[in-house]
Amino acid sequence: MAAVVQLEDIHKIYDSGEVQVHAVRGVTLQLHRGEFMAVMGASGSGKSTLMNTLGCLDRPTRGRFLLDGVDVAQLDRNELADLRNEKLGFVFQGFNLLARTTALENVELPMLYGRRRVGAREMRERALHCLDIVGLSDRADHFPSQLSGGQQQRVAIARGLVNNPQVLLADEPTGNLDSKTSVEVMGVFQQLNEQGITIVMVTHELDIARYCKRNLIMRDGSVVSDIAVTNRSIAEDEMRRLREAESAAKLTA
Amino acid sequence: MHLASTFTISFRALRRNAMRSILTALGIIIGVGAVIAMVSIGNGAKSMVEAQIAALGENVLLIFSGSISQGGARSGSFGAGTLTVDDADAIQREVGTVIAVSPEVRTGAQVLANGLNWSTQILGESADYLGIRQWPLSDGTMFSEADTRSVGKVCIIGQTIVTQLFPDGSPIGQTLRIRNQPFKVVGILSAKGLSVQGADQDDLVIVPYTSAMKRVTKQTMLRSINVQASSPDTIVKAQNDIIALLRQRHRTNEQTDDFTVRNQEEIAQAATATSNTMTLLLGAIAGVSLIVGGIGIMNIMLVSVTERTREIGIRLAVGAHGSEIQVQFLTEAVVLSAFGGVLGILLGIGASEMLSRINHWPTLVSSTAVVVAFFFSAAVGMVFGFYPARKASLLDPIDALRYE
Repeated sequence: MAAVVQLEDIHKIYDSGEVQVHAVRGVTLQLHRGEFMAVMGASGSGKSTLMNTLGCLDRPTRGRFLLDGVDVAQLDRNELADLRNEKLGFVFQGFNLLARTTALENVELPMLYGRRRVGAREMRERALHCLDIVGLSDRADHFPSQLSGGQQQRVAIARGLVNNPQVLLADEPTGNLDSKTSVEVMGVFQQLNEQGITIVMVTHELDIARYCKRNLIMRDGSVVSDIAVTNRSIAEDEMRRLREAESAAKLTA
Repeated sequence: MHLASTFTISFRALRRNAMRSILTALGIIIGVGAVIAMVSIGNGAKSMVEAQIAALGENVLLIFSGSISQGGARSGSFGAGTLTVDDADAIQREVGTVIAVSPEVRTGAQVLANGLNWSTQILGESADYLGIRQWPLSDGTMFSEADTRSVGKVCIIGQTIVTQLFPDGSPIGQTLRIRNQPFKVVGILSAKGLSVQGADQDDLVIVPYTSAMKRVTKQTMLRSINVQASSPDTIVKAQNDIIALLRQRHRTNEQTDDFTVRNQEEIAQAATATSNTMTLLLGAIAGVSLIVGGIGIMNIMLVSVTERTREIGIRLAVGAHGSEIQVQFLTEAVVLSAFGGVLGILLGIGASEMLSRINHWPTLVSSTAVVVAFFFSAAVGMVFGFYPARKASLLDPIDALRYE
C-alpha cells in the first residue's frame, strides 16, 4: 500500500540572520493509511517543526515530502493552502475555535475555503454529520464559550474531519484538558482511527501516547525511536474504569 | 469563497464590536452628513440666486451709463450721465429685435402720506417696465403710456410702502407726496422679498420716468435703460445692435465707451459663479472630515487585524488564501464605511431640512451629492481598509496561530 505521507531526509533550518537553528536534521519516515502515530519529545526537539511541515504550514529547507503522492516542496502559498484544505485536518492544543460562532459554523469553516463550491445545505449536512461522529450533534447551535473544554476539542475534531482529510494532525490535543476529558478525547481519536482515518498527534504525555499505535520520539531534530505500541490503552476501558472508581468513591463517601 | 459568506462574516465581526463599529462609522457619518448638508446649503443659495436672476425679467438687457474722466478725475459708475431719453427712443425705433424699452431714473426721497413719512427709492420708468421685469401687480393698474407722455402725477408702490404709509385700508386712489409733489397711487406691486444682497426690493415707488425727471430729480440724464429682447435667441444680436447704435450716437469706440450693456445671462453667470465657489468650498471643507473618518476606519481595522490574528491563523490553516483574508477585511471596512455613508446621508438630509426650517435658509438636497457621497464613503473604506487587509493577508499561518 502506498504511503499517505512520505518524508525523505527532511531538514529545516531557521535562519535568523546571525544564528542558524537546525530544527529538524534529516528525518525520514513513512506513514500509511490507518496509522495512529504519536510524536513525542522534549521542547526544542523539533517535533513542532516536524508537525508544521507535515501540516503543510511550512516547507522543509531540504528533503522530499510527498503528501498523498504530491510533492509539497514545489507548491506555492495558495497551493499549500488548498492542500491543507483538501487533505489535512487540524486539531490544536488551544482548540482554536472562532469565538461567538456556533459549533456548526465552526465545523463549516473549512468548506467555505474549499476550491469546490459547496451549497449551504450540503455544508450544513456534512457539518452536522461530523458533529454527530464526535457526539455533539445536540450542541450544534452552542457557542464555544457555552461548551466544556472536552466538547470544544471535539468540535475542533469535527472541523478537522469535515473535508474528509487524508491525515488528521493534532498538536497536543489533550494539553489543555484534565485527565478524564483527555481520555474522552482519545476515545474519539481511537474511534475515528478504527474507521480508517490516519492520525498523527504531538504529545509529551506518555500515558496519552499509549492510546496510539505508533510512537515516534525525537531529540535534537532527529528521530531517536520509532516503535509500535505494545500493551495499548483502550479509551473505552479506561473510561469504564474511571466511572466505576467515581461511583465507588460516591458510595464510600 | 462565496460573496454571501464574506458579507456574513463581515457583518458578524462588526456586530461583535457593535459599539466600536458605530463609533468608527461616526467619523464617516459626520463626514458624509456634513458634505450633504453643506452642498445642500450651497445649492439652495444658488437656486435662490437663479430665481432672483430670473426675477430680473425675461430676455432683459441693461444699459448703464458708464464713467467719464474729466481732467484726470474719473466719475464712478452711472457718473457719466450720458444716456438720454433720445437714446432710449432710438433703441426702440432702430433695433428690430427689441420689443420693449424703459428708461430708468432713480433717486432717494422722503415720501409722505397719511401724516406718515418714509425714506424710499423713487424709480422713474416707462409703462413697459413691469412687463420687462415680469413683475405683476397685486392690486390696481400700471400707469399708462399717456401718463408718461403727459408727465402724469401717478405712481405704483411696493409692499413696504403700503405697510409703512398706508397701515389701514387700501392705498389705491390715495395721494402720496414726493418732494411736495402729490402723486396718485394707481397700483400696488406684488411682494418680491429680499434681493441676493439682502436689500428690500419692495421698498420703492415707481412713477413715469418723465414725471421723475421733471418733478422729482429735475435732471435730464438717465441712470440706465431696461430693454427687452424679443426672444432668448435675439439677446446677443440686440446687445450688439444697441452697442453699435449707441457708439454711433455717442461717437465713441471700445476704449472710450461711456456706457455698458449687460445681458441677463452675464449677470446670472457672475452670480452663480459666486455661489458655485461657495458650494465647492463648503463641500471641500466637509470632505476633509470624510478623510479623517477614513483614517479612523484604518485605525480600527488595524486594531481588528491585530486582535484577530489567531482567527486569521485558523482561517489560513484550514485553507483560506491570503487574497480571501484580504477580501474579508476589505469587505468589513467597506461595509462599515458604506453603513456610515447611508446614515450620514440621512443625517445630512435631516440637517438641511432643519436648517431650512429653523434658520429659513434655502437648502436643496442634491441627488448627485447623495450618490457621490455614498460611493465616496465606500471608496474611503476601500482605500483606508486596503493597508490593514493587506497586512492581514500576509500573515504567516504558524505565527498567527501562535499569537497570544
